[in-house]
Amino acid sequence: MMKHPPEGIDQGRRALLGVAVGVTTAVVAPGLVLHAAALPSAAPPGAQRSGPVTDRVRWGLLIDTSKCAEGCRACVDACDRENGLDLQTRPAGQSGRAWADQKAVWIRKVKLADDLTGRVTNLPMMCQHCEHPPCVDVCPTGASFKRADGIVLVDRHTCIGCRYCMMACPYQARSFIHEVTHDQLTRVPRGKGCVESCNLCVSRRDQGAPSTACADACADAGHHAIVFGDLKDPRSAISQALTGLPNRQLREDLELNTGVRYAGV
Amino acid sequence: MARTLISAVLAALALVGALAAQVVLAGDAQGYVKAGSRAAAHGACVEPTQYMRRHHMDLIQHQRDATVYQGIRGTRHSLAGCIDCHVGPGSDGHPVAVNAEHQFCRSCHEFAAVKVNCFDCHDGVPKGGPLSESAQSALDAATQQGRGRGNADGSVRSAREGQGQ
Repeated sequence: MMKHPPEGIDQGRRALLGVAVGVTTAVVAPGLVLHAAALPSAAPPGAQRSGPVTDRVRWGLLIDTSKCAEGCRACVDACDRENGLDLQTRPAGQSGRAWADQKAVWIRKVKLADDLTGRVTNLPMMCQHCEHPPCVDVCPTGASFKRADGIVLVDRHTCIGCRYCMMACPYQARSFIHEVTHDQLTRVPRGKGCVESCNLCVSRRDQGAPSTACADACADAGHHAIVFGDLKDPRSAISQALTGLPNRQLREDLELNTGVRYAGV
Repeated sequence: MARTLISAVLAALALVGALAAQVVLAGDAQGYVKAGSRAAAHGACVEPTQYMRRHHMDLIQHQRDATVYQGIRGTRHSLAGCIDCHVGPGSDGHPVAVNAEHQFCRSCHEFAAVKVNCFDCHDGVPKGGPLSESAQSALDAATQQGRGRGNADGSVRSAREGQGQ
């Protein structure tokens, strides 16, 4: 025999719940709206940051490999100058080859050759600034982290130099500083026993400069293969280019949602 | 009676000794600020001197986290600001690192027997500025362009003066 529903539903209780929900919404909603309005908007060009970085922007790069010239090292050299990598000195007694392997490098020029067709592609490889960075997953101290604006970097105050992140990175983007350093630039501190990699010229970001050293150098060399910008702004040059140009992430099978995209590979 | 006299004399001696020690300490502290540095020209640090002596490390550490995680630079408590103001010229006129022997940070830290780790990674001399020359010129160009469109706030000056770390 079917059970009958209770005859008198307590309408008073429903009304009370309805009122409670309404009152809660009325109390909480203005707070949320005000909070959203109080968040700082994107800084105008040339403004130094006064508030914390927000996730309203996500910085990224688009590299058009069809414009990347063979033998050109403009982006690598500019990165070295910008970030003081050219100030590193070879330790006494180390061979040139060992030093080339060991010194910190933020951008590598990579040459891909298709054995079948003979097609050669050149591209610069750097930290891909993943949305889900493996280096951050594995860091035992939380030193490797992703900033709100999508830049993946190392807090070298908490880095213990275990190099687990270097193992985890699928792009081999990170370098370890093996020796005591001198003459660092003020904007790029660097010390023995810490890991570092491309940080999308983070001091430029904080000072409101419009581009990265590599993108500027590439444009100055006349190639315009690197576009830097805000991936979340549909009007930015990089978003427009990403819409128009067939492009992909390297190792998209890892589902890391990289901030650096490549066209023509 | 003799006993009272002796204790009075001892107390007086202790007082004189304490005062002398104060004078010596004050003299030492004066000596730590290097002649020719910008700090020597200023009457006070970014906070009262007594506060800075005891708490400068807390201010720097707080600023450190704000800079690394939130991208806030160029505030009054940045390490770059300390270095910029306290670096003094050597006999050849070139700036000498604040952590070099007899310089501001080192001499006081040696007196207090406290190890300082900042300079394992940070250089003790201002170098390169908050922006490279190419970045500064690009920023100037962008700001000029923005001004032409009428939406820039002309804050290049603050960016140039800011001491990021």
